[in-house]
This record gives sequence, C-alpha cells and structure tokens, in this order.
Amino acid sequence: MRGASLVKPLLFAASLGPLAWLSLGAWQGSLGANPIETITRATGVWTLRFMLVTLAVTPARWLTGLNEVVRLRRMLGLFAFFYGSLHLLTYLWLDQFFDWAAIAKDVVKRPFITAGFSAYVLLVPLAITSTAGMIRRLGGRRWRRLHRLAYVTAALGVVHYWWLVKLDTRPPRNYGILLAALLLIRVWAAFKRGRAAPGRRPA
Amino acid sequence: MLIKPAPDIRSSEITDETLYLRRREFMKTAAVPAFAALAGLAPTPAFAQAALPNVRKGVVTTDEAWTPWEDVTTYNNFYEFGMDKGDPARHSKAFRTKPWTVKIDGLVNKPGDYHLEDLLAPHALEERVYRLRCVEAWSMVIPWVGFPLKDLIKRVEPQGGAKFVEFATLHDPRQMPGQRLDVLDWPYVEGLRLDEAMHPLAILAAGLYGKVLPNQNGAPLRLVVPWKYGFKSIKSIVRIRFTAKQPVSSWQASAPQEYGFYSNVNPDVDHPRWSQARERRIGEFFKRKTLMFNGYGDQVAGLYAGMDLKKFY
Repeated sequence: MRGASLVKPLLFAASLGPLAWLSLGAWQGSLGANPIETITRATGVWTLRFMLVTLAVTPARWLTGLNEVVRLRRMLGLFAFFYGSLHLLTYLWLDQFFDWAAIAKDVVKRPFITAGFSAYVLLVPLAITSTAGMIRRLGGRRWRRLHRLAYVTAALGVVHYWWLVKLDTRPPRNYGILLAALLLIRVWAAFKRGRAAPGRRPA
Repeated sequence: MLIKPAPDIRSSEITDETLYLRRREFMKTAAVPAFAALAGLAPTPAFAQAALPNVRKGVVTTDEAWTPWEDVTTYNNFYEFGMDKGDPARHSKAFRTKPWTVKIDGLVNKPGDYHLEDLLAPHALEERVYRLRCVEAWSMVIPWVGFPLKDLIKRVEPQGGAKFVEFATLHDPRQMPGQRLDVLDWPYVEGLRLDEAMHPLAILAAGLYGKVLPNQNGAPLRLVVPWKYGFKSIKSIVRIRFTAKQPVSSWQASAPQEYGFYSNVNPDVDHPRWSQARERRIGEFFKRKTLMFNGYGDQVAGLYAGMDLKKFY
C-alpha cells in the first residue's frame, strides 16, 4: 500500500500532540487556575484513550481487512505506557512531592488509587516485552497470553477514573462502554472462529 | 402566608421599556468613554464588572495574598452551569440576576418575597477577606463584599422553634444548563444550624474584589461560611427558610456516606475517597497543610464543643 510508510511517523507525531499541548500551556501559563490538576487529568485521560485505541487496532483489522494496521499497535500501546508514566510521575511528584509514606498510604487506602496504580503496574511487563527480541524469546503463544493483560489494565483504568469522579460519571461510563464493545467484538470473533473451524480447536 | 407587598418604586427609577430592550446597545455606547478614559490600558475582564459603591473595610481575618481575580472568576464549582470548572464562566454570561426575589419563609415573623434591592438596602456592605477551602483539596483567598447573615436573620425575626436555616439556589434549567443533567436533585439546597448562621463570620456576599458578584461566583447573592467546605456556601440564593428540622443538603442526599450536614473543614477527617490533610492553594506549587476549621477555630470551635466531629462530619 502506497503511503503506508508515512502513516506511522505521522501517527507518532500526532501522538505527541497532547504532550506538546501541555508543554506549551505550561510554558505560557495557560493551563488554568490549577495547572497541576489540568496536567494530571490530561495525562490520565490520554493514557486511557491510547489504551482503547490500541485495543481497537485488532478489531479494525478484522473489519477493514487492512492487515497493515497491526504495525501501529505496538507504538500506540507504548504511547499508553508513556502517558501513563507521565500521569504517575505527576501524581508522585507534583501531587505528593515524593512523600513515600503518604503515597503508600494512598495506594492502600484509596480504592481509586489502588486501581490506577495496579493498572500501571500491569502495563510495565507489556512495555518491557514489546520488543521483537522479547516476542521471540517468549514465543508467540506465551507473548499473546501475557498481553491479554491489556484488557485487565484498560478495565482498571476505567474503574480508576470512575471511582475518582465526584458526581458526573458520564465520561468514565463512555470509556467503559467503548472498552466493553472492544472486548465483546473479541468474544464474538472467538466464537465465530470456533464455529468456522471446530476441528482446529485444541482438545 | 403573608406576602410582602411590592415596595414603593418611583416611576423615575423604572427604566423605560424601549430603553431596556436596547440595553446592550446602550451599554456599548456607555462603554466607549469609559474605555477612552483608560486609553493605553488594556481592558481586563475585571473592568466588565461594575464596582460596588460605599464598601467599607470589614473584619480582617487573613493577610495572605489574594487569589487573582482571573482565577477566582474562571475556576468555579457551580454545577448549575456545567460540571467543568471553566463552565460557569462560559455558560453564565446571559444569566439574568435582575429582577431577583428571595423568598423568606418558615418559622419567621417577617416572611415574604423580598426584592433583592430591599433585602440589601438596610445593610452596609463591607469587605471580608476569607480563605475558601474546597472539599476537592484546593483553596483560595477571596476578598468578598457582603454583610453578616445574622443581621438579615435578626431583621426577619425567626420564631422560637426555628433551629435551622435552609437555603435554596434558583432552579431554572433554561438559564442554568447544568440543571438539565440530573447529577444532583435540583434545586441545590444547603443548610446551617441557626447558631452557625448567626455567627459573625457567616456572611451573605453580593460582590468580590469590590465589584458586583460575577454570575459564575453565585450572583446576585450567595452565602459565605469560611470555616466549612466551599459547597456549603450556596450560590444564587432564592429562598431562605427557617425550620425546626435539620435540612438535608443536596450533597448529603446525593452521597450521605461522603458528605455530612456540617462539612466543617477538618484535616483529620478524610473524604472517603481522598485525604483532606493538605490542600493546593491556587497559584502555589507546593501543597500546604489544611487548618482545622480552615484556620477559623479560635472563632468557631465553640459552636461544636462536645461534639464528635468524626461522627458529625
């Protein structure tokens, strides 16, 4: 496909957009009255968005038949990890000022922080094993099994958001519905595969 | 119930209807010389709000730096105009605060529908610089303009049986788009124990920074109770009712396990989902420790003598 080689660098640049927007805003002092809150929110929401976009790649491939899109999946997943890392760093540094006792207490005591922290911890092995070398070392089957953690971490991300909001649960609910749709497509696809080729199913 | 007759208004005070309908045009014309006088000065949003006359300096409770006007008027929790903190400033521009009537009813000798002008007229406006601590763990220092709530309460003469004061915000989904969402049971309701309401620090505010209260800050009349979390300081008040029974506030009704009736600022009693030990003062980088009763303990702790504040949160 002509132009496909351009898609990836363009998407890479676009994925840096939220960071560029935040950096420019911080530089110009235009992030509002509570810039740290703005940064925390934006990095958190973009983590969730990149997780969902990453999880949308495979269904998009099924629906469009464009196999090339899979080449974008690792990059998008790593951007989820990147924004997740910025989000965590914002919390550790700008919110808690590396007060480890307070952080430990938060992680144990506040369910929304427990969920968010767990989501990040589960993202770490996915990022580490994202290289071609690691895929080879683990073997495709084990690698795929490990990377099903992406479903868990995205769900934890939605829960983290849901438990944090004071009143208006519509935004986390919308992300939850999207995630549920992306997971249901997979269940449906697995069901169809099973019916199409029952003989190939392992006993 | 006794309805107070309409006050005497001289015909000279009534704006001619044709002029009223052309008010925007009039404002534009009137603004030209005003801006010409400020030649060279870039108009800031502060100029958009009319100055309040005859404001005297009131009780000084803090010499901390005032939170900039820009932040006080663009970072607001006022769900009637939307859930985002920028929504109130964006969606309240056309909010009509004239005419405005406040219904005073319940266990009171002088109930009635009071026109705002009549409600304010007997009271001298004074500046009160207070810390404001939001339940979301951020805070500001705001120079309010208002008068002690107790002065109004004395004027309307609560009866012996009155133990609580209940306030309600305007309910008008056409003007307040946030009320089209059922996130809270509208109208917004708040309440105080009568002795809390009679405390000299509790004020009704009609302005800030020496100017008429901006719509996003609760125009035309709001409560300010500086030792309680910000949501107790109800905005755009249309009803004040005196009751024997403790009112149920909107937040209590919405999440009783998270919001109590008292909602005094208390660093030792956490919100179930986050800590209240520290706060971010808007404009500051580091968080600061939250003070008991938002630093007004010397004045108000006596109201709660003998009460278990962990239970009565």
